[in-house]
Amino acid sequence: MKMEIKALTIQSALAGLRTKQFTAVDVVGACLTNVKKFNEDYQALLAVVDEDVLMAQAKDIDATDYSLPLSGIPIVLKDLFTSDGIRTTAGSKVLEQYVPVFDATVVAKLKAAGAIIIGKANQDAWGHGSSGENSDYTPTKNPYDPSRVPGGSSSGSAAAVALGMCLAATGTDTGSSVRLPAAFCNLVGLKPTYGRVSRYGIIAMASSFDTIGHITKTVYDNALICEITAGKDAYDATTSEIPVPQYTNKLDIKLQGVKIGLPKEYFGLHGMDPRVSDVTRTAIKKLEDLGARIVDVSLPHTSVAMACYYILVPSEVSSNLARFDGVRFGNGRETFGMEAKRRMMIGTYALSSGYYDAYYKTAAQIRTLIKKDFDDVFGAVDVLVAPSSPTLPFAIGQKSNDPVAMYLSDIFMCPVNIAGVPAVNVPCGFVGDLPVGMQIIGPQFGEERIYQIASIYEKETQWYKKTPKI
Amino acid sequence: MSDTLTSSDLAHIAKLVNLSIDADQYDLFSSQLTAILDFVSRLQEVPTKNIAPTAQVTGLTNVYRDDVVDQPRILTQKDALANAHETHNGFFVVPAVFE
Repeated sequence: MKMEIKALTIQSALAGLRTKQFTAVDVVGACLTNVKKFNEDYQALLAVVDEDVLMAQAKDIDATDYSLPLSGIPIVLKDLFTSDGIRTTAGSKVLEQYVPVFDATVVAKLKAAGAIIIGKANQDAWGHGSSGENSDYTPTKNPYDPSRVPGGSSSGSAAAVALGMCLAATGTDTGSSVRLPAAFCNLVGLKPTYGRVSRYGIIAMASSFDTIGHITKTVYDNALICEITAGKDAYDATTSEIPVPQYTNKLDIKLQGVKIGLPKEYFGLHGMDPRVSDVTRTAIKKLEDLGARIVDVSLPHTSVAMACYYILVPSEVSSNLARFDGVRFGNGRETFGMEAKRRMMIGTYALSSGYYDAYYKTAAQIRTLIKKDFDDVFGAVDVLVAPSSPTLPFAIGQKSNDPVAMYLSDIFMCPVNIAGVPAVNVPCGFVGDLPVGMQIIGPQFGEERIYQIASIYEKETQWYKKTPKI
Repeated sequence: MSDTLTSSDLAHIAKLVNLSIDADQYDLFSSQLTAILDFVSRLQEVPTKNIAPTAQVTGLTNVYRDDVVDQPRILTQKDALANAHETHNGFFVVPAVFE
C-alpha cells in the first residue's frame, strides 16, 4: 500500500503493522523509495544497506506478530555508530573503507528490539561541527530549504527523518549535535544525561561529554527509543545503575504546579534573532497557559561556558583522535580534514607543558562552577526552557570559514553538556517555512520530566505535522 | 592572556600531535587558532582559586568488572585483521621505527 512516510510516526507505524493495515515490507519499501528520490540532492546518507537484505529482514518481521517494541521500524544510524558489516566512516576520509566487525551496544539493542537498520547518516566528520559542512564527503542540505544547513553534527540523521528515509535516526550530542539538527529540521531530539546511554562502540569525540541520543518526529517516539537504548552496560563503565523508567507510560501529566525556569543569560543574548525570540516567547506563554509557573533564574557562568567547552572538548578530541594511526584500520593521519586538525592542535596546545595550568586546568575548574550553576537552579525549578539556537537555520557557507562564529551557534547547548544534564529539542514554531526549536533542560536523570513537559506542549501545538515541502 | 601562534609554535604542536601541515596552510591555521585562543582567553577573568577541577560528571568511582574472560567480546584474529591495510602471517604490519 502507499503511505506517507514523511508524516508517519513510529507509534502509528506500529499500530498499522499490528492491525495488518500494512507490512514491514511496505514501510521499508516506502523509505527506500525516498532514499532513491532524495539522497542525491540532500546527501543525508553515506551508506545504504542492500535492498535485498533489507527486504529479507522486513519479511522476517512480517512473519511475526510485531510484538517487539520496534518491530519493523526503519532506523538510520549516525556514522559514528559502529555497525557490523556496514561501512562506518565517522564522516571522515580517515575511515573511508572501514567496515566494522561488531555492533555498538545501542545498535545491538535496536536490532534486538526489531528495528531495521536502513543505512548510515552523513555528519560533520568525527562530530566536529554545527552545520554538517565539516563532512569530509558532501554537506547535507536542509529539507525545509536546501540552500540552508540542517544543523550538525548529526546533519544526515535529522535530514533522513524529515525526508522520510526512516522513522527515527540515532545521533550523538557532545555540544549540540542532536538538538541543533533536530531544531533546524522540526524534529524531537534527545541529549540524554551523561551515563544514561552506553557509549560502547560509538566512535569517541570527547569522552567526558559524549552522549548518545536520537531524533524522531514526536516525543512519544523519542521516549520509546530511549527506553530501549538507555541503561547500564558492562562495556561502558560510565553508565548508571539507575533503573530506566517506562517513559511512554508516564507522558500524561498536568502542568499545574510545574516550575519552569528561564535562564536570563540565554534570553538577553546579543546577536539573538528577534524572530526566534518571538517564537520562543510565544511557546513559553503556551506553557504558562497550560498551567506551568514561569520564573526567571540565573546561570551566572554562561558567558564563559563556550570558552570552557572549546578548551576541554578539543583536549579530549586530541587524545581520542591520537589513536588513529592507519595501522589496524583506517587511512593515515594526512587524511584528517581541516576542522579535526584545528581541534587536535588546540587541544594539544591546551594540554602541553607550560600551557596546561592556564588552559586545561582553568577550564576544568570552571566546569565545576558551570555544573554548580545547574545544580543550584534545579533546587528551585523542575526544568529550564531556552531557545535551541540563537538563529534560524543559516545559509550553507555563511559561517564555514570562521570557526569561532560557527562555535557560537551552540551557545545555548554546550553548557548542558558541560554539566552532563539531559535536554530535549521540541519544535516550537516557524518563521516563514523555517523551523524553530525550543530546549527543555532537566536535572541529571530527569529524562522523564522533560519528556512529560515536551509531550504536553506537543499535544497542544503539533508542529511536527508541518513536514517539508518536497 | 591571549597568545599568538607563530609558525614555529604551529610546527611544534603539529609534531606533538603527529600531523603534517602543508606549507600553504600555516597562515590560515595560525590566524584561525589565534582567533580561537583569543576567544577562550576570557576564562582567565574568572576567579578559580580553591575551585576543584571537574573531569567527569557521573559521580561514579571505582567501577570494576569481574576478572574473567569475556569470550563474545574478543575478536577472532581474522576479524581483528579485517580492516588492516597490510598484514603479514596473521599480524599487523606497522611502520618501521628504526631504518
